[in-house]
Amino acid sequence: MKKILNGLAVAGFVLAGALGAATAQEEHSETEPTHFPIHKPEEQSWSFAGPFGTYNKAQLQRGLKVYKEVCSACHSMELVAFRTLEGLGYSEAQVKALAAEYEATDGPNADGEMFTRPALPSDYFPSPFPNKEAAAAANNGAAPPDFSLIAKARGVERGFPLFVFDIFTQYAEGGPDYIHALLTGYEEEPPAGMEIGEGTYYNPYFIAGKSLAMAPPLSDGQVTYDDGSPETVDQYARDVAAFLMWAAEPHLEARKQTGFSVMAFMILFTGLVYLTKRKVWAGVAH
Amino acid sequence: MSGGHSTYTPKTGLGRWVDARMPLPRLVYDSFVSYPVPRNLNYAYTFGGILAIMLVAQILTGVVLAMHYTAETTLAFASVEKIMRDVNSGWLLRYLHSNGASFFFIAVYIHIFRGLYYGSYKAPRELLWILGCIIYLLMMATGFMGYVLPWGQMSFWGATVITGFFTAIPLVGDWIQQLLLGGFAVDNPTLNRFFSLHYLLPFMIAGVVVLHVWALHVTGQTNPTGIEVKSKTDTLPFTPYATLKDAFGMLVFLLVFAYFLFYIPNYLGHPDNYIIADPLKTPAHIVPEWYYLPFYAILRAITFSIGPIDSKLGGVLAMFGAIAVLFFVPWLDTSKVRSAVYRPWYKLFFWLFVANALFLGWLGSRPAEGAYVVMSQVSTLYYFGFFFVIMPVLGFIETPRRLPNSITEAVLKKNKMGGAAHLAHAPASPEIKG
Repeated sequence: MKKILNGLAVAGFVLAGALGAATAQEEHSETEPTHFPIHKPEEQSWSFAGPFGTYNKAQLQRGLKVYKEVCSACHSMELVAFRTLEGLGYSEAQVKALAAEYEATDGPNADGEMFTRPALPSDYFPSPFPNKEAAAAANNGAAPPDFSLIAKARGVERGFPLFVFDIFTQYAEGGPDYIHALLTGYEEEPPAGMEIGEGTYYNPYFIAGKSLAMAPPLSDGQVTYDDGSPETVDQYARDVAAFLMWAAEPHLEARKQTGFSVMAFMILFTGLVYLTKRKVWAGVAH
Repeated sequence: MSGGHSTYTPKTGLGRWVDARMPLPRLVYDSFVSYPVPRNLNYAYTFGGILAIMLVAQILTGVVLAMHYTAETTLAFASVEKIMRDVNSGWLLRYLHSNGASFFFIAVYIHIFRGLYYGSYKAPRELLWILGCIIYLLMMATGFMGYVLPWGQMSFWGATVITGFFTAIPLVGDWIQQLLLGGFAVDNPTLNRFFSLHYLLPFMIAGVVVLHVWALHVTGQTNPTGIEVKSKTDTLPFTPYATLKDAFGMLVFLLVFAYFLFYIPNYLGHPDNYIIADPLKTPAHIVPEWYYLPFYAILRAITFSIGPIDSKLGGVLAMFGAIAVLFFVPWLDTSKVRSAVYRPWYKLFFWLFVANALFLGWLGSRPAEGAYVVMSQVSTLYYFGFFFVIMPVLGFIETPRRLPNSITEAVLKKNKMGGAAHLAHAPASPEIKG
């Protein structure tokens, strides 16, 4: 066993050396970058990170408000049902009232006509555009992505050796970090000489290019918070990113809590089996 | 099954009645209780059992997932999300299955490397090894098709790229690709047949596993010394010795699995697969799952034509060759000594091979450009060089260390250095392995 470990250590060193040499090779040009994003997102601290992470319900409610008042004008969230909003700490009645703010298409009725009615908790967030083509046509050719899974569908590559450390630090917040970085990343000026496509906006945190079709969506004071939280772009970005993480992974808390029980049981059981094994093998040459 | 005579004696009347008619209890007793195992097996030998558990776990979670999944292009993605959001413990089942596939591969790679290190493929275990290679191939096909089912961007584009390999085959390539796809592009017929095959192949794997275990029980296990079992002092009965050691190994493995499953369930996946498949939008970098990355790097390392073989066909040949070469390992290794423990040079090249394989995996995740291409080529060269040059040549030029006469001698020598030098405990059933 010791030999195997030694071998692995040697293998690891060889690999590390090679990887280090390889990453050093990558080149970057100031005005015409070829690798995106230009800046990697900064790691934020999230209440739902780590083995005991839980969602901050007040934050999720603020995030929902930002989504409703700002993002939902262009971005659909078609996999999220109103009923699941009880996970944000709302009561059944509140969810009912919340859903009723929206119109849902139903039908056909007895006359064969489709009709609209107030949405029910069992309905899903309605999409702002009737179809993808309409969404693209209204947005300079780029359809705004659906938000149901966006917090898991975006993640900037971590690179070596960070991706190894991530296993031990349980870093799984690449999505929310990216969303926060993108929403707060419009302020930087593009380097002199860089060409920015017409109708697009420079954002060094954008994962797929130097600029994107979405104009800076947030501004200070745009959304009114009633819990006294700062009404700043940074806070909005943070809240909506947390909300989108919830939308993408509504069972995150259950997962981590189950994980704790399972890990505790497994560690105990493994320990007992080890002691049993040691006892049985004691005095047996092997 | 274990070659020798059985020591099973039913104690009850019912036991004798069953034994005279269908001796399944005898088979179980002979295979998992009295079965003699070399007394010097280390934890590297627990991965066979771990793989058996993973196969069963994958089939169980898979069968339940299939109850909720819809194999239709407009519904597949949403049905997986329905499992994640609305099905009771659906998130657990789905993460168990997707991470389970990764851990199945982690276990199989360790199992294969263990075989390469201790020379487990040498006579008389060639068929045992080849059956294992077949299982590995079936696993790769199953894993690939399973990854297509959620119908995310990487599902779709991975399927497009991988089925595209087949068009490189002269004359019949296009025909094979269309047969796989059920059309001219990845679409609903592809998804349907992949789902069907993804459900079928694990049972074929289970079938080959039966043959694999059968072959194992005919030849007996190898052990870290590589010396065959010669006398009964070389072995211990499977239960309780191997049972408990395997159980501990499995639990540690499952502990790591649980850590990934509950805390970083998307670590081994790709974010793009949470975007629904869009045939009109190619992802910036199409990468397969991590467990295919070394082969993907080999595929892309061939950027040049060799005579009539263009770079595309060359890449595909190299990639399939990288797996096919495993089937010939029993005859490529010319050394008379089985275990790397007694082969100083082989040991060095083996660990270089492991490092090289990991490096190839990392290269497979990089874009195929600049220095990465050259590094892939060097790594690919070593990959094949290990099998076609180092393995055959070392057997003739390497001076192995002195081998102990038996497992017992090796164990006693090791224990003498440790302090306790006695061979306590009753040996296993009195058969001698050849």
